[in-house]
Amino acid sequence: MYQVGNLVKELTEKHGRLRESLMPILQGIVERHSYLTDEAMVEVAKELDISAAEVYGTASFYTFLDTKVRGKYVIRICKTITCSMKGKGEIIETIEDMLKIKVGETTSDRMFSLLETNCIGWCHKAPAILINDLPYTELSPEKVVEIIKGYMHK
Amino acid sequence: MENNTGLNKVDLIFEKIDPKEVLTKAFEMTNEQIIQEVLESGLKGRGGAGFPTGLKWKYTASEKDPDKYIVCNADEGEPGTFKDREILDRVSYKVYGGMAIASKAIGAKNGIVYLRGEYRFLLPQLMRELELFHKMIDEIGYDFRIRYYMGSGAYICGEESALFESIQGDRGEPRNKPPYPTTSGVFYKPTSINNVETLVTVMEIIKHGAKTYNQLGTKDSRGSKVFSVSGDTPTPGIFELELGMTVQQFVNEFGDGDTKAVQVGGASGFCVPRKKFNETIIGFEGVPTGGSMKLFNSSRSMYNVLHNYLDFFAEESCGQCTPCRVGCQQLLKGVQNVKKGDVKSTYLNELVKLAETMKVASKCGLGQSVGNAFRTIVENFREEIIY
Repeated sequence: MYQVGNLVKELTEKHGRLRESLMPILQGIVERHSYLTDEAMVEVAKELDISAAEVYGTASFYTFLDTKVRGKYVIRICKTITCSMKGKGEIIETIEDMLKIKVGETTSDRMFSLLETNCIGWCHKAPAILINDLPYTELSPEKVVEIIKGYMHK
Repeated sequence: MENNTGLNKVDLIFEKIDPKEVLTKAFEMTNEQIIQEVLESGLKGRGGAGFPTGLKWKYTASEKDPDKYIVCNADEGEPGTFKDREILDRVSYKVYGGMAIASKAIGAKNGIVYLRGEYRFLLPQLMRELELFHKMIDEIGYDFRIRYYMGSGAYICGEESALFESIQGDRGEPRNKPPYPTTSGVFYKPTSINNVETLVTVMEIIKHGAKTYNQLGTKDSRGSKVFSVSGDTPTPGIFELELGMTVQQFVNEFGDGDTKAVQVGGASGFCVPRKKFNETIIGFEGVPTGGSMKLFNSSRSMYNVLHNYLDFFAEESCGQCTPCRVGCQQLLKGVQNVKKGDVKSTYLNELVKLAETMKVASKCGLGQSVGNAFRTIVENFREEIIY
């Protein structure tokens, strides 16, 4: 759990207090903390003067607006057909071995979460993953180990 | 430039142009002239649905409410398409330019780009380029502003009315139609919503003229378009081709010599088996595509392909209407049960009927098109689904 503190206020200053400010505000919280806590969503509801249920309703619709605890770095592996054909399975096994977690889980130090996702638009350079916002493509087990090591030492 | 496979490679979308020159030309035209030019070009939407762009603009232009919007749909989520990312990455100024031309045609002062969350890494660069674009139109003396909204990982938000809901801060659930976006779109205002590539094509049409542009392609599919090629191919990537080729010509160029099927139009598109390569035209007279072209060779199980697509749809269905929500789950469960032998293989016929029902009864394009891939894969590769 994190303390959302002044972040919601900062984000409402930036994006406004209209209904259409909701997505950018939620995205801003996720960018900083990787997921939405109940406390954060209630805070957003207060700032926008809408019900917390509406905030949760919107958040729970979108895959990238996670309401479950996620690590600092969220690894999303594309599982759609081309990535599946081009070695997605091996990449998952490699990451699972390395981080000692399964798909859907988060490391105990809250550094990494490992998730599957639908087509991320890199089929010509499959297999591909996103780590937070950044895409990594044409992966091999060796390459993905190096990439994740880079994040461990960040 | 004809090559030995009968494919005509074209270089319009990524061609470097002087946007100021094209926009100045467009702004000297009346809005009727712009719409007429786009109508004459025969341009149909490049996102996949293929609605005539000029007509969309004409309808939006005819609305009385002066508060109108031009929205660029950059929520490119169809499995196997990645051309809009490439277009935004390489020539975003042409996307912005196309939006400005559209705004003049329909009478809008505000533009919105809705970019999928998966492409957020592009945003800083796109914002810098947008700033330059705003400066340029200020110099020309044209009053128009574009802003960005981001998606957050929902395929359904590529559906136009779901996209509007998402911009408005709601769940991305499609609306009932009518009213259509041209009457009631984003913020319930008259809206023209166009695909990234469509908007770039408009720049090319204004630059070269409709008469030159519509010499490319066929009667039903004018011009050229960008194809996203992936799967079992030695040359995956992005290629702009003249419309009107057959699947066979496409396979001659991009296949690995062992192509048994091409999925045209992504998970919501059609599977074309080898025996139909020759007779099937890629375009609105045959199998339409937003650009997604996936090749499968004989080492691939079409059961795995179908299963992958159904799994995709079961997850991405917004869940709002029953035919789609339950239909997607039942199709997925159904093929699993057929494969396991828990039900008779004739059960597949029932599933095809269910897919047909979804086409009629679903609220939006997602549920309506699940049956495309389902029917064409099951019909052509029945034994692979059963055994």
